Amino acid sequence: MTAKITKEDVEHVARLARLALTEEEKERYTAQLESILEYIGQLNQLDTKDVPPTTHVLPLRNVWREDQTDPERFGDRRAILKNAPEAEGPLFKVKKVIE
Amino acid sequence: MTDNDSKPMSFTQLTAAEIVRKIHAKEFTAEAVTMAYLDRIRLLDLQIHAFNEVFADRALEQAKAVDARLARGETVGPLAGVPVAVKDNLLIRGEHCTCSSKILQNFVATYDATVIQKLREAGAVFIGHTNLDEFAMGSSTENSALQVTRNPWDLTRIPGGSSGGSAAAVAARMAPLALGSDTGGSIRQPAALCSVLGFKPTYGRVSRFGLIAFASSLDQIGPFATNAEDGALLLRVIAGHDEQDSTVVHRPVPDYNVSIQKDVKGLRVGLPKEYFIDGMDKEVDAAVRQAVKELEGLGVTVKEISLPHTEACLAVYYILAPSEASANLSRFDGVRYGYRTPSSNNLLELYEKSRGEGFGPEVKRRIMLGTYALSAGYYDAYYAKAQKVRTLIKQDFDKVFEQVDVIVTPTSPTPAFKIGEKTADPLQMYLSDIFTISCNLAGLPGLSIPCGFTQAKLPVGLQFLGRPFEEEILLRLAHHFERVTDWHKRVPPVSTVAGQIHQEEGSATAPRA
Repeated sequence: MTAKITKEDVEHVARLARLALTEEEKERYTAQLESILEYIGQLNQLDTKDVPPTTHVLPLRNVWREDQTDPERFGDRRAILKNAPEAEGPLFKVKKVIE
Repeated sequence: MTDNDSKPMSFTQLTAAEIVRKIHAKEFTAEAVTMAYLDRIRLLDLQIHAFNEVFADRALEQAKAVDARLARGETVGPLAGVPVAVKDNLLIRGEHCTCSSKILQNFVATYDATVIQKLREAGAVFIGHTNLDEFAMGSSTENSALQVTRNPWDLTRIPGGSSGGSAAAVAARMAPLALGSDTGGSIRQPAALCSVLGFKPTYGRVSRFGLIAFASSLDQIGPFATNAEDGALLLRVIAGHDEQDSTVVHRPVPDYNVSIQKDVKGLRVGLPKEYFIDGMDKEVDAAVRQAVKELEGLGVTVKEISLPHTEACLAVYYILAPSEASANLSRFDGVRYGYRTPSSNNLLELYEKSRGEGFGPEVKRRIMLGTYALSAGYYDAYYAKAQKVRTLIKQDFDKVFEQVDVIVTPTSPTPAFKIGEKTADPLQMYLSDIFTISCNLAGLPGLSIPCGFTQAKLPVGLQFLGRPFEEEILLRLAHHFERVTDWHKRVPPVSTVAGQIHQEEGSATAPRA
């Protein structure tokens, strides 16, 4: 697959990634992404027909714990809310989610 | 460039191991040591810009607490009183953690990373947070949204990245130890460019809990030090199982400091032909080959080996890492923490503008690369394909490790380049990682140590790669190499500006000016 990235592709990806881009950024990223994707495209020359994918180098097993908080170790509500851009009482304040 | 032996030994010339021993023996106080390092930072960092923040009062409090425990006859930990510089993507409760990004510029951590908690228990002193490429994405620390760190060996050049601040801090002796993180070489490459030891442990050796994630299947936290003994000391403290990180293995942590003393005779070293390429800097090549001769002098056998899929590593990394990053960085959305745009009309705009305004260009580039590679229609061609090639890369190493015990390569294809030299073309910058990336993909331990200098007096690094969980062997080889060379003892010329300060230190009860 040869990469032919258009400005529309970049706009689509930016929307998926929730990134607002200026027109200048869209131009710049289109060119840069195209060049990077072209380099990456070399992987298509490799035969991986019967090769299993590696998602993690170690075999992973799920780790369970009790559903309990530990404010002393992990921070209390007050400290957490201090980082909030906008808070009201014990809640994070955001734009309307449901119209 | 070695320190003048006839001057009284100053605290900032000591190794971490020496600091621990002498504080234990009450030859001087932890407070005096921390004060000396803070003074040195105050003098040197104006030129180097390694620190995003210096924790002056908190560090002194920690140091005094060590002294108080010793005075009461209580036991103190294995790093008691040793100042440690911490990369600014590791959470320290109550301190800012910015990842050198505008999007987290005012964020204050509400808990300690596991490695930080372990270091606290060991009695270490957190001296400050060091600069990095934004969200650890970069190879020069130029992507930091906060400041540009200089290479202590040449202030017009980069220190490497992404852990450039930590590497520069240790190189200039502003801290005897530092922590960094390594996803594609971000500890090893700056270590090589700054002439210090930098170590990426095996994936799963050290808990990533509290490390602000970049790529979860590649990230590892690791030590910077001026020598193998100190690196071993720090690694032993931070390694080990952690319930908070499901990717850490249940394996006992060896006593690396005992292990490094064992002999290296008979160790089998392999030089992969794909890592000694035509385009490489000739001085780097020469220094590395000379270092290999030194290794042979230690009794190791050396042979040429092959890692056939080496050329694919960069491409695999630049699909997998950005893909994982696009997921990990989606949490920075202006909602619960971090930068929120002042001008949004609805929720979508809040997300898009906060992230668009808060993230720097390299971060945005990688998020988009990753999002593209994972998106419908492209997932198989890019992400799934890269995962399969990752298997081939790992298999190359498995095969080779049947014939050799350690793989030796240059760490970086070039010495430190000039600030601004590679910022125009992202791909040029990515090529800095060609020798370091494979180790993260295969999950292996990798270490870089100083092995020489170019004519322009720029450091060259030697890289050792080992089998999973054989950190001991890499440290051992490094330790023995240090015994027959003195590269690790050299200090950058900028340090001698601070020569004045050495005269005033030395007294265990030096009063606070």
